[in-house]
Amino acid sequence: MCAVRGLGKTYPAVRGRRGAPGTPEVRATDDVTLDIRQGEIFGLLGPNGAGKSTLVRQLTGLMRPDAGSVEILGHDIVRHPERAARILAYLGQESSALDELTVSLAAETTARLRGLDLRDARAERDAVLDELGLTALAGRPLKKLSGGQRRLACVAAALVGERPLLVLDEPTTGMDPVARRAVWSAVDRRRAERGTTVLLVTHNVIEAETVLDRVAVLDQGKVIACDTPAGLKEQVAGEVRVELVWREKPPLDVPEVAALRDRAVESGRRWTLRLAPEEARVAVATVTGGAAFAALDDFTLATPSLEDVYLALGGNARSAQGLVKA
Amino acid sequence: MTVVSADVLPSGPLAVPEAAGTGAAELGPKARLWPSMAAVYRAQLSRARVARIPLLFVATFQSVGILIMMRGVVDGGSHDAQFVVAGSSVLVVAYVGLNLLAQYFGQLRGSGGLDHYATLPVPPAAVVLGAAGAYASFTVPGTVLTALFGCVLFGLPMGNIWILAAVVPLAGAALAGLGAALGLLAPRPELATLLGQLGMSGALLLGVLPADRMPDAVRFLRDLVPSTYGVEAFAQTFGAHPDWALVLGDLAVCAGVGVVSLTVAAWAYRRAAVR
Repeated sequence: MCAVRGLGKTYPAVRGRRGAPGTPEVRATDDVTLDIRQGEIFGLLGPNGAGKSTLVRQLTGLMRPDAGSVEILGHDIVRHPERAARILAYLGQESSALDELTVSLAAETTARLRGLDLRDARAERDAVLDELGLTALAGRPLKKLSGGQRRLACVAAALVGERPLLVLDEPTTGMDPVARRAVWSAVDRRRAERGTTVLLVTHNVIEAETVLDRVAVLDQGKVIACDTPAGLKEQVAGEVRVELVWREKPPLDVPEVAALRDRAVESGRRWTLRLAPEEARVAVATVTGGAAFAALDDFTLATPSLEDVYLALGGNARSAQGLVKA
Repeated sequence: MTVVSADVLPSGPLAVPEAAGTGAAELGPKARLWPSMAAVYRAQLSRARVARIPLLFVATFQSVGILIMMRGVVDGGSHDAQFVVAGSSVLVVAYVGLNLLAQYFGQLRGSGGLDHYATLPVPPAAVVLGAAGAYASFTVPGTVLTALFGCVLFGLPMGNIWILAAVVPLAGAALAGLGAALGLLAPRPELATLLGQLGMSGALLLGVLPADRMPDAVRFLRDLVPSTYGVEAFAQTFGAHPDWALVLGDLAVCAGVGVVSLTVAAWAYRRAAVR
C-alpha cells in the first residue's frame, strides 16, 4: 500500500559562524527503499539521528525528497504532497499546535479539520476519548496534563476521523503501561475492523519486538535490514547477551574478567557482552564464583534483542545506546 | 503494493471502490474552507481562556495608561484629543493582532507545530483566517473599553462609537494579516517576535500622536503603517460633521491591506508547512 523507492534527502553543510562550529553535509535518508503492506504494523527502528523522522516527513508530504518516489495507495506523494493529508493521519513529536486546547476540543477540532461535519466530529471525539480512557480529562487543557497524558491526547487527535494509514512518531513516549495498552488496543482494533495500516517510528526495542509485524532498521539514513522481528533475531540466534553490573569497579585483577573486557561494551558500571552460549556459561561461572563475585552487583543473561541485531548488522555501538530497552 | 479484494474487508474507507482507471484509492474528504475556518477560530478563541487573558489585560492597561499620560499634554475636546483616543483604541488591535499573532505563528513554525495543520486536509486560508479572526476578536473588549474611557477622559462625544464595529474587524484584518505573514515568514521565532514588537511600536508612536506636528518624513512613514487608516477613520467620527466618504476611504484601505496581507500569510503558511 506504500511503496518507497530510492528516497534521498541531503541537508546542506552549514558554515560555522562566530563561536558556533559548522556542520558538514548530512545524508538524512540515503537511497531508502521500502514496501509497506496493507494492514500491517510496520516499524522504523533506529537511534536518534538515524533518519527516521526525515523519512516520515517525506512520506507524509511535509518534506520534499531530493530523489526517489513515494506512492501511497496509488498516489504519488512526491508530486502531490497535499494528497497525503487525505490518506493518512500523522502523529508528530510536537504538540504545540494543540497545547492550549482542552483534550476534547483538540480532538474535535482535528476531526473537523479532517473533513468531518460537526455532528460526526463530536461523535468520533467522544468515541475515541472513551476508547483511550481520556473522558475524565476531556475538559482539561493539554498544557496542564502530565507528559504521558498529553501524548495520549495527541494520539486521540491522530485517531479521530478514519484514515487507512496511521503514521505515528514515537506515540507512547512518556506513557504508563495502562496508557500504552490503550493505544495498542485502539490501533489493533482499527486494524482488525478496517484493515488500517500503521507506520510506527520507535527507538524502543522492546515495544518494537512486541507490536511490530515487520521492522526496518535504519542507521545513518540507510535501511540496514528489513524483516519480521523474529526473522531479524534469527540472524543473531547463535549469541547470548550477558550484562554485568559491577558494584564499583570491575575486578580487573581477575585474569578472566580482564580478558572479557576487550569484548564488552562499557557504559558506566555496566558491561554488555555478546557471546556464544558456551562462552557465556563460562563467563557467568567466572563472575558468580570466586573473587569476581564480591565486585558483582547484578547480572543478566538474555536471548538477543533487536538491539543486538542492530549491532550485529553494523550499527555503531555508541548509537545503540540511544535505543531504549524498557 | 499488496492487492486485497474489497469484499474481504469490512466496511470502511478501504472498502470504497478504487478510483476508476488510475488504480489509486479514493482520497478522504477535504475540509471545506468555512467549516474548517470556524473550527480553527473556535479553537483559537478557547486558547484565550487558557493563555491570553493576562496579555489582553496588559494590552488594555497599556492603552489606558497612554490616555492618562496624554491627558496632561492634550486639551479635552480638541482635534488632537480625537487622535489620541482613536490611536490608543487601535493600539489594542495592533498589540494583539500584530504583535501577539506574529509571536504565535513564529513559535508554531519554530517548534514544528505547523506539522499538525499541514498533515490535515485543510486549506491554508482557513488556518490563517481562523487564527487572525480569533486574535482580532480578542481585541474587542479592550478596544471598546479604551474608547469609552478615552471619550470620558477627553470629553468627546460617544454618538458615533458604533464605527468600532467596522474599525475593529477591518483594522484587525489588516494588522492580524500582517502579524500572521511576519510570523510565518520570519526564519526564526525570535525574529518574528522582534518584527511583531517593531510593528506595534510603529502603530504606537505613529498612531497616537497627532500627525499635524510631525516632520514630512515621519508623516510619510505614518502613511505606510496600516493602523494609521484605522485611527484616521475612527478619529474622523468624533467631529460634529464627520466626512463619511473619508471614513469609508480609510476603512477601504484597511480592507485592502487586510486582503493582501492575509493572502501573503496564506502563501507563507503553505511555504512554511512544506519544506
